[in-house]
Amino acid sequence: MNSQPRLLTILDVITVILLLLATYMVFFYAPQEAVMGDVQRVFYFHVAAGWVGMLGFIGAAVSGIIYLIKKDRKWDIVGLAAVEIGIVFIFINIVTGSIWARPIWNTWWTWDPRLTTATVMLLIYLAYLMLRQGIEDPDRRARFGAVYAIIGSLSVPLTYFSARIFRTIHPVVIGSGDPSATGSFDMTPLMTQTFMFSLFTFTFIFIDLFWHRIRLGQKTDQVEQLRLKTME
Amino acid sequence: MTIEQQSALPSESASGKAAGFLRAMGAVVWKDLSAELRSRELISAMLVFALLVILIFNFALDLDPATRREPTITAGVLWVIFVFAGTLGLNRSMAVEKDRGCMDGLLLAPVDRSAIYFGKVLGNLVFMLMVEIIVLPIYSLLYNVNLFNPGLLVVIILGSIGYVAVGTLLAAMAVQARTRDILLPILLFPVVLPVILAAVKASTGFLDGSEMSLIRPWLNLLIAYDIIFSAVAFMVFDYVVEE
Repeated sequence: MNSQPRLLTILDVITVILLLLATYMVFFYAPQEAVMGDVQRVFYFHVAAGWVGMLGFIGAAVSGIIYLIKKDRKWDIVGLAAVEIGIVFIFINIVTGSIWARPIWNTWWTWDPRLTTATVMLLIYLAYLMLRQGIEDPDRRARFGAVYAIIGSLSVPLTYFSARIFRTIHPVVIGSGDPSATGSFDMTPLMTQTFMFSLFTFTFIFIDLFWHRIRLGQKTDQVEQLRLKTME
Repeated sequence: MTIEQQSALPSESASGKAAGFLRAMGAVVWKDLSAELRSRELISAMLVFALLVILIFNFALDLDPATRREPTITAGVLWVIFVFAGTLGLNRSMAVEKDRGCMDGLLLAPVDRSAIYFGKVLGNLVFMLMVEIIVLPIYSLLYNVNLFNPGLLVVIILGSIGYVAVGTLLAAMAVQARTRDILLPILLFPVVLPVILAAVKASTGFLDGSEMSLIRPWLNLLIAYDIIFSAVAFMVFDYVVEE
């Protein structure tokens, strides 16, 4: 069994430092938002967590497609890793969003397109894991996982569009936003810097966790094969 | 010439191939229908279940006669009935293939796998539409609303196509899992949500007598979903049934 590569250890250290810096920036560097106050600071990690959740989802779908073409177990491990990281971060995204929505929208939850889409994404991820749990044969598990990841990734944008036809109240801070959205605001340069830095940091967190999870998946695979060998 | 012989011929024209495909598909549909005509277990189960859901909704919502006729209530309750009864049917239709090794027999036949998929989809669609056709007048009667609306029928057909296209694929996966009895709704509902959303909205629109411009986006969404998911399911079905 090989030990942890040096580059990964370096990446771990960088990620921790970046996360500490980003936390510092969110609380002390970025100015307080004039209308919403300190609760707006949730925004930086909220969007960044959503970004990582999306990365995980796209990663799962892409590795699903590659798996079906190449039939290489490696891509199944990658897909599972992407899903597991995606679940955690989409959940963080939903929870932080609710914390922000309580004072701003005066409710923990509303069926806005983005909220609906995030929920459906979480549910599809969970269904993916339950599907895998129910199947013993590793090849079939990998094939079904890949198929479900592809189907799920196609369904999510459609959910978003269908929910979008209703009017939305979710603020769109990046890009052309609807100014009537409740809780919308303009970012000052310091806010933009903090925001970009959060995105950057979370991307590092994603890569770092992804790498670790893939390594874990490979080791699990090795253990499984060793066990099969001893049973023979 | 039987289907097997025909599709095994190496030199055949494109039209012959298409005819073979259709014939294989028809054979699968016919098998499902004739088995169902004899046993009647699937349709009757779906139907009784649908009636029970109507009953439960009546008490769960404790509707007074005025709200009972609200288009939003009608559309919502109808689609909940169809979705739940549909899950029952889909699970059963794939479970019978798995149980006695019928699926292996089907797969051994030298026909295109996608013909089997579309055959199963068509069979399930027929079952679902039959249940819907029976449920609609009963619902009309019990809830005292007029459901004889051509627009509503179009929505029901479009929605059922999308639902069955994804449902058949996912049911084929679910029955191969250890947890097969509980897995299908968990897999299917989050994925099929756009269909349900659009179908409920379009149904409400038609029952409400809204303008076509308000309903069209939902119909377009349903059609887009039907096309995208039939195509994708067609492409990946091979991977679901291969051993």
